[in-house]
Amino acid sequence: MSALLELDDVHVYYGPFHALRGNTLTVGEGEIVSLLGGNASGKSTTMKTILGLVKPKGGTVRFDGRDVTHASTRQRVVAGIASVPEARRVFPQMTVDENLLAGAFTRKDRAGIQEDLERIREHFPRLAERRRQEAGTLSGGEQQMLAFGRALMSRPRLICMDEPTMGLSPKLVDQVLDEIARINRELGVAVLLVEQQAELALSIASRGYVLASGEIVLQGGSRELLDDPEIQVAYLGKATDTAAESDTTA
Amino acid sequence: MLDTLIAGLLRGNIYALGAVGISLVFGVMNVVNFAQFSFFGLGAMLAWFGIVKLGLPFWLALPLVLVMCAGFGLLTNVAVVRPLAKYLPLAAMLSTFAVSQILDNASQVAFGANFRAFPKVLPTSNFRVGNLAFGTSDLVMLGITIVVMVTMSLFLKYGRIGRAIRATSQDQEAALQVGIPVAGVQHVSFVIASALGGLAGVFIALYVGVANPSSGLETGLVAFVAATLGGLGSLVGAVIGGFVLGVLEAFGIHFFGDTAREIIVFAVLIIVLIVRPGGLLGRVPLISSEPLTGTFLGRGRPFRIPKWVWPIALVIAAVVVPLVGGDYVLTTGTQVLIYATIGAGFTLTAGQAGVLALGQAGPIAIGAYSSALLTTVVHLPFWVALPVSGLIAAIIASILSSPIWGVKGHYISIATLGVGTVIVAVIQLVFPQGIYGIPFPDWFGTPLTSPLAYYLIDLGVLVITLVVMWRIRRSHLGKVIASVGSDETAAVASGVRARDYKALAFAVSAFFAGVGGSLLAHQYTYIDPTIFTTLMSLLVVTIVIMGGVNLPYGAVLGSIVLIGAMELLRFTPELRIIVYGLVLILVVRFRPGGLLVRNS
Repeated sequence: MSALLELDDVHVYYGPFHALRGNTLTVGEGEIVSLLGGNASGKSTTMKTILGLVKPKGGTVRFDGRDVTHASTRQRVVAGIASVPEARRVFPQMTVDENLLAGAFTRKDRAGIQEDLERIREHFPRLAERRRQEAGTLSGGEQQMLAFGRALMSRPRLICMDEPTMGLSPKLVDQVLDEIARINRELGVAVLLVEQQAELALSIASRGYVLASGEIVLQGGSRELLDDPEIQVAYLGKATDTAAESDTTA
Repeated sequence: MLDTLIAGLLRGNIYALGAVGISLVFGVMNVVNFAQFSFFGLGAMLAWFGIVKLGLPFWLALPLVLVMCAGFGLLTNVAVVRPLAKYLPLAAMLSTFAVSQILDNASQVAFGANFRAFPKVLPTSNFRVGNLAFGTSDLVMLGITIVVMVTMSLFLKYGRIGRAIRATSQDQEAALQVGIPVAGVQHVSFVIASALGGLAGVFIALYVGVANPSSGLETGLVAFVAATLGGLGSLVGAVIGGFVLGVLEAFGIHFFGDTAREIIVFAVLIIVLIVRPGGLLGRVPLISSEPLTGTFLGRGRPFRIPKWVWPIALVIAAVVVPLVGGDYVLTTGTQVLIYATIGAGFTLTAGQAGVLALGQAGPIAIGAYSSALLTTVVHLPFWVALPVSGLIAAIIASILSSPIWGVKGHYISIATLGVGTVIVAVIQLVFPQGIYGIPFPDWFGTPLTSPLAYYLIDLGVLVITLVVMWRIRRSHLGKVIASVGSDETAAVASGVRARDYKALAFAVSAFFAGVGGSLLAHQYTYIDPTIFTTLMSLLVVTIVIMGGVNLPYGAVLGSIVLIGAMELLRFTPELRIIVYGLVLILVVRFRPGGLLVRNS
């Protein structure tokens, strides 16, 4: 599989604080990869590094074979990296349509933008219904769809999603995960899914990485990770002695 | 009534133009851009120069002025505001305040400080409604304003860049993530805002018929109040705020006379900040999450000063200076001592409590006037009047500022600026003439008229002040106040009533400001309201920031450099203000902790 995104030995510091300690990870074309870890494990920093919001002290970031380590966020968006920020962050006082157009800021092909706008409205009928409504008045689930739509408007090949299920009801969480899988399947966009809820993320991802204190401590296929006793203890909330027991009941 | 309303709308139209620019920049940068205030004065002066001196036709001069203002605006952002973007908005705000002083005074050096008659371009009084005469000129200005507003709103609604501006002001981080070049958007906003400021400046000159380089700050503050009234960051709000304030002001002048203008404007500011800090249309807690100064200015460890330095400094100040220096040096030294006293007292508010009050001229003025009245009218001796005026300043300033301590973020700085301005405006209303014949202090009946005697008195006051400040710093009280300054949320969570402690710190600072004011009054023997300007407040702020906002003795260093050195080097007043501004910008940019503090 050709790697679309490659992080190679990336080090990031916040002042004296060593936030990422030589991480290496890849996302293949059209793949869903999940990045797991607890609070302050370096998930968000990894995402910020990929987007160019944080500049690494060492290592390289390659996208589509090109070195983008020193590229600006804007250049990366043009190259095909889009993002769904943590807590969605739609522009609250802009309408749904304006939010989508803001997502296409880096593009100049009017006809293409219009075409994609139609495509996204088709894909998310809710957004088409509410096109003139201010984004701040949408429900949490609708805002999440809008954040997906906004990211798709730049015609990305990779979308980085920072905890897209955060703050949503369990029912909506399932919907959002289905939606991510659908975007990936139907539009062929690769997804890097940053999540705290390992089980959910791994249910749609093909592979996963586990971060702890700024280091990748585990990686592998989703099934493998789900079965890993260490993961079960640390991230799936299963106590060591009951792990076997719950496996048999399941 | 109708004539007052029309007069209000005509003025409001100018405020609206200025307010839109202020709101625009605030939206995308979260910074109150004082530099923009200068474009009101600068726009008018540049237009005057183009038309009168260069003989350009108005319709050519106007676009030229707008382009020049836009250029200065861009320069301000690139050189001063953008580099500070990663710090707190407060740092950038202070710097723009300094830029505005520099621009005003550079323009004064270039064009002279006089009021210049601004050429009449169109008839100004060919219509009449009731007692109000207005002209084609006013209608054309109103027309242009409306065209500008409509163009602006279309641009923001449908333009690609306009949309990027709105996106940036609603969520900067998200804007960055969708690939909007936020720095570029900020540059564009500065350019637009500065050009609008220049346009408003030209309009003011056309409206009042004169142009003056220093008129910018005053008009700018009014435009700023208009923007706050409408809701900072909201452009529709800015327009509404501009017209509402224009009308309020017109009716205020109609009922209370012209001197009530400033009081009305700043009363509106303070009421808005307390009752509805988000303004009429803004989202309510705009910048409430922003930490206060404590975490930025004055951070880092102060240099260790060996113990023997203090007695040596005292000997130099008390023995060497009087022996070596003549009357001129002693008079200058006295000024240094007075400002050092005011500054040292101010470190408790600005440093420990983390409230960078921008209106210290207010309590200084109260102290000066109290002392003048107590000695000339009540005939109290100087020695009684001195502490009493400090007390009066502390009490009055505390009462007037009591409502503002709940105000968050750098709004509190602006609110204190408002309180200071109101205090001086009220004094001007009550004593328009100034007070003469303020007596020298006396020693058992002998008046101490020599500069040496006065120098030594002020030295004594400074030493007492430093000791008191040092004791407060090290006391339990000082530590509680410092906890409020460094992390208000944490302090409140630990049961500290942050509001009360900020108010207390301010009262202590106001006491020393009042004492300083009293000393100034007895040195000058004559006072009038023009002494206690916004500039004086800026000077006090610069003095403490230069040495280290947390260090009482830092204020002594600041005062020696900014008052003493400037005077002894015979800098002209305009040049001095430019130096103050540059010092403030450079210190905030490169040594935010102050000169006596190691960079962390």
